Amino acid sequence: MAFIPHTEADVAAMLAAIGVARIEELFDEVPAELRVKSLAGVPEALNEMEIGRLMSERAHSDGIALSFLGAGAYEHHIPAAVWAITTRGEFYSAYTPYQAEASQGTLQLTYEFQSMMARLTGMAVANASMYDGASATAEAALMAVRANRKSRSARILVPLTLHPHYRRVASATAANQGLKFEELPYGAQEGITLPDALARYETEDITALIVPQPNFFGRLEDVDALTDWAHAHGILVIAVVNPTALALLKPPGEWGARGADIAVGEGQPLGVPLSSGGPYFGFMTTRMEYVRQMPGRIVGRTLDAAGKEGFTLTLQAREQHIRRAKATSNICTNQGLLMTAATIYLSLLGPQGLTRTAAAAHARTRELVTALTRVPGVRPAFTGPCFHEAVLQLDRPAAPVLRALAGRGIIGGLDLAGYYPELGNALLVCATETKTSADIERYRAALSEALQSVRAA
Amino acid sequence: MPVSEKVVFEYSRPGRGARDQWPQETPAAALSDLPAKLRRARAPELPEIGELEAVRHFTRLSQLNFSIDTHFYPLGSCTMKYNPKACNQYAMLPEFLARHPLAPESHGQGLLACLYELQEMLKAVSGMEGVALSPMAGAQGEFAGVAMIRAYHRARGDLKRNEIIVPEAAHGTNPATATMCGCVVREVPVGREGDVDIDALSRAVGPQTAGIMLTNPSTLGVFERRIVEVARVVHDAGGLLYYDGANLNAILGMVRPGDMGFDVIHMNLHKTFSTPHGGGGPGAGAVGVGARLLPFLPIPVVGREGERYHWLTEADLPQSIGRLSAFMGNTGVLLRAYIYMRMLGREGMRQVGEYATLNANYLLKRLQDAGFDAAYPQRRASHEFIVTLKRQARDLNVTAMDFAKRLLDYGFHAPTTYFPLIVPECLLIEPTETETRDTLDAFVTAMTQIEKEAEREPARVTSAPHTMPVRRLDDVRAARQLDLTWKPTAQP
Repeated sequence: MAFIPHTEADVAAMLAAIGVARIEELFDEVPAELRVKSLAGVPEALNEMEIGRLMSERAHSDGIALSFLGAGAYEHHIPAAVWAITTRGEFYSAYTPYQAEASQGTLQLTYEFQSMMARLTGMAVANASMYDGASATAEAALMAVRANRKSRSARILVPLTLHPHYRRVASATAANQGLKFEELPYGAQEGITLPDALARYETEDITALIVPQPNFFGRLEDVDALTDWAHAHGILVIAVVNPTALALLKPPGEWGARGADIAVGEGQPLGVPLSSGGPYFGFMTTRMEYVRQMPGRIVGRTLDAAGKEGFTLTLQAREQHIRRAKATSNICTNQGLLMTAATIYLSLLGPQGLTRTAAAAHARTRELVTALTRVPGVRPAFTGPCFHEAVLQLDRPAAPVLRALAGRGIIGGLDLAGYYPELGNALLVCATETKTSADIERYRAALSEALQSVRAA
Repeated sequence: MPVSEKVVFEYSRPGRGARDQWPQETPAAALSDLPAKLRRARAPELPEIGELEAVRHFTRLSQLNFSIDTHFYPLGSCTMKYNPKACNQYAMLPEFLARHPLAPESHGQGLLACLYELQEMLKAVSGMEGVALSPMAGAQGEFAGVAMIRAYHRARGDLKRNEIIVPEAAHGTNPATATMCGCVVREVPVGREGDVDIDALSRAVGPQTAGIMLTNPSTLGVFERRIVEVARVVHDAGGLLYYDGANLNAILGMVRPGDMGFDVIHMNLHKTFSTPHGGGGPGAGAVGVGARLLPFLPIPVVGREGERYHWLTEADLPQSIGRLSAFMGNTGVLLRAYIYMRMLGREGMRQVGEYATLNANYLLKRLQDAGFDAAYPQRRASHEFIVTLKRQARDLNVTAMDFAKRLLDYGFHAPTTYFPLIVPECLLIEPTETETRDTLDAFVTAMTQIEKEAEREPARVTSAPHTMPVRRLDDVRAARQLDLTWKPTAQP
């Protein structure tokens, strides 16, 4: 077991070559009192047939519900080719491409990924991906502090309309380095960041403004106005965007007069399954002038000794294995496999496929909102356009309603009570191209019943 | 190996595409609510290619890689062992893939049971009191570990402790992490036999010491023999001990970091527990802590009440260092590690440590017999060891990098080169337990051949590789004439 191929004869010959009698002796430099006495917490081994059965049983018990959850992770169709190729051993079991000559596949694919993300976000350069959208946002804030040399405050304005988990990750990651995150309120009717919220900062030293698009409520922020306001006051703009939405929405590179300075986001919608939260990948793109402030791996195209084009990791002087304590970040990996999946996904969808996907997701969400707000006791929480996600107001707390729906095999969305108590009984719902009109009708009917039964109880 | 492959954009033709993958077109009216000023003017310039073209292109790209599945990959400090296919297959069951991270616990008891049991198994092999699974890579695990040390001192009102000690041979991530946590780094030297210099350490510690970050076996491929003394010195000074789990494979099932005196550990599940490296991620850097640091674990953690599993969040762990990922870290990676650990079982854990050590010591001895110089010849190898090519560089003008590149021509991925920084012209070699004796013998033969070439025909080695898709790349040009995204060249 343990995937060890040695025969008894191998072991005997190897021990003889080393000059010891037993494997045990190879640990003679370890103090005897430190040797493990018991591993009782680890069960006996299962063979592949047995583990297969156990995992299948557990997966089956979790089942697959009809889900209308979004909130930062989105269900999309994933072409079969994406994971069939991504899990090829040559991608799956390769390491970081430090030996460039033996890693041209991963390197070229990363270059293609960088090119696609730069085009999608309308920015000049991209890195090879980050852990996830939340950690990419935190890294963008740290990067903004390095890039904005006119600002000394390390104060970052964060709208409350940014994903609440992203806000927590940013502060857990960056607060130790002296960054101060200051929260911007949103308009109670509009569900977006309003100019009034910014006015008080006009005379202060602010390093960066984060602008989510669409925001956590699915609402569309006035990105041009926010960007221009920030730039007028020497503040950098960090765009936090949904990559599917970018097929239809103005890319960060075109926001306002000058465009955003850094764009980041969660890459999961691009061919990565929901998988209970990971592995996903974050993406990050920026202006050329800030490329040396960008964390993470970057691949460049160059020439080999014979003048032939090839690919290699570049700008490594920013990274921890060279700069140690002075590196731009301690990050030494990207989410290579997920980036691989996204690159294949974007190649299969292309401009038309991605645009159709975004449009279908948006249309389904509108259909969903229309259907659900026909149910008595349900109304939209905000006025104004959304993109493929929306907040509904219920006439009673969402939690028991969601439990009743779950009992009917429907996951009805996210209860916002814990995140935004000021919104009352708010529910965040999402539909993408994977939902049919029949699915939406099933939800509407179940919600109608659930509200009646909860009311009765 | 294929010789080269066009960039995907070069296959693109306007109007072509994998149409079977696209949803139906949506009537424009359905988008009428999106204000024009927020709309994109032109569709993004992604490639327009058919499905078969895409499949061929990316399959060919894969063939330009070395990987564990295709080549011996003795990359020191990276534990490039076999990634069992079952781990991938059963982590990718449709129900696991389809589950939304915010779905209710009632719709995830199977998953949560796996994660809970993974926490318990990791506690057992590390000798720790609590484990959190959410860090998404070793570096994020390190960050969590040092952030917990800092939070612990602060919670006690001991605000002066902001210095992290690292040995000079440490991974670059250690000092980078300490900086990210707002700490100051202090390096201590290692002695001639590779152990931490205890006298220097005793002088370095004090009321400013937050903790020490150590890898054991160290990055020099040897076990830190005076670890108990190191722990005493640091603890007596009021500091805590951080275990960098990069080399846990060497001692798995044999020695536990908790028993050595460590207070906090991160475990690279993509090394010791064989989840895939994926061309540079995703990893997973679960953290384990002793009793003192339990309240500070990053959230979420999986808890159990009776037969029900649930998430522990801020409400349960108010002193937590917080959330490090949008959801639950790299869950799919955690499932792979769980499957691997269940397949190994108790006995398999010990065998990993034993056979990784056997393979490393055998390979070291064979290379020494072939005339290569070990950096620490008086020491046992752990699961890896360092060969120094200082003599070859001096006498033959052939460097460690030249050997590394020539090994590619012989069908072996190169060992880690020029790390640790304190050993000149070094190769850090880690064969792992999953390789056969025959493969190790073949590697020795290749090294011996290269040594002969270096003596008789050095240009053959210094200009290697000769059989790869590309020759050595011009890194200076790559950094000076930045070409980071593809642009169409002007048509002739």
